Amino acid sequence: MESVKVPGKNNKHKVLMYALSTCAWCKLTKQFLRDNSVEYEYMDVDLCSEKDREKVKRDILNRGGEPSYPTLIIDDKVLISGFRKDKIREALEI
Amino acid sequence: MITLERVRQRAESDAKTNGCYLNPDQDFLNDLFEGLKKNEERYGYPSCPCRLASGRFELDRDIICPCDYRDPDVAQYGCCYCALYVRKDVFEGKTLIQTIPERRPKEKQDRAYGIIGESPLEKAPETVAVVAVKSSGIMMKMWYCKQCGYVCFREDPPYICPICKAKREMFAELTMHTVS
Repeated sequence: MESVKVPGKNNKHKVLMYALSTCAWCKLTKQFLRDNSVEYEYMDVDLCSEKDREKVKRDILNRGGEPSYPTLIIDDKVLISGFRKDKIREALEI
Repeated sequence: MITLERVRQRAESDAKTNGCYLNPDQDFLNDLFEGLKKNEERYGYPSCPCRLASGRFELDRDIICPCDYRDPDVAQYGCCYCALYVRKDVFEGKTLIQTIPERRPKEKQDRAYGIIGESPLEKAPETVAVVAVKSSGIMMKMWYCKQCGYVCFREDPPYICPICKAKREMFAELTMHTVS
């Protein structure tokens, strides 16, 4: 499973994002993280292999979420579904 | 090859026909059009840019834009799942767009996982009976609108009749019997 790392000055938290390459909400979320110089990793699930899609789904389900995009996982603990600025800000302290 | 302009025209015309509006945020709208274009090039049909598609037409049928869930979502939440289509008050800026819950049933969402790579149907099915058998275990049925008589062949009845706008409750299953 390959994820893309986007560097940023704000690297206090580990941010993983499951996204779709075609999704406008995912694009907004990526932009929001970049605008706030947040370091993050993302994976475009629609471009993943069948096996990796299944892994992503299981990972989201195991963390109590529903497989929808974008899904953010912060510090392996907090799961945020959808582009929720307020929740992202709170979790990342920005 | 499908152009961005064609995607836009199609959406504009559909919004007009169905009494909804396009998202007033032009940059966001363009991103959605790009996504639809990409999906159409990739799969051969414009599946929802914000949902994971399986790549198989019969499994993605309900999320081809405008998706089956658009009309009830626009009516209830003010926008569809990806927010391409919005309600009048949202278009006019009186109501804000928010992330809305997924109306698509879970068992249909699951179809996008673990089936890519399977070969698509080799030949166009010739009869209705063949479609029913070959659609990966999906039960296709005939439905008719009790108000206007519109008939369709699909898994579930539409939320809203595309002809007379009657609600889903007005649809009944059509069964055929051979009388001997």
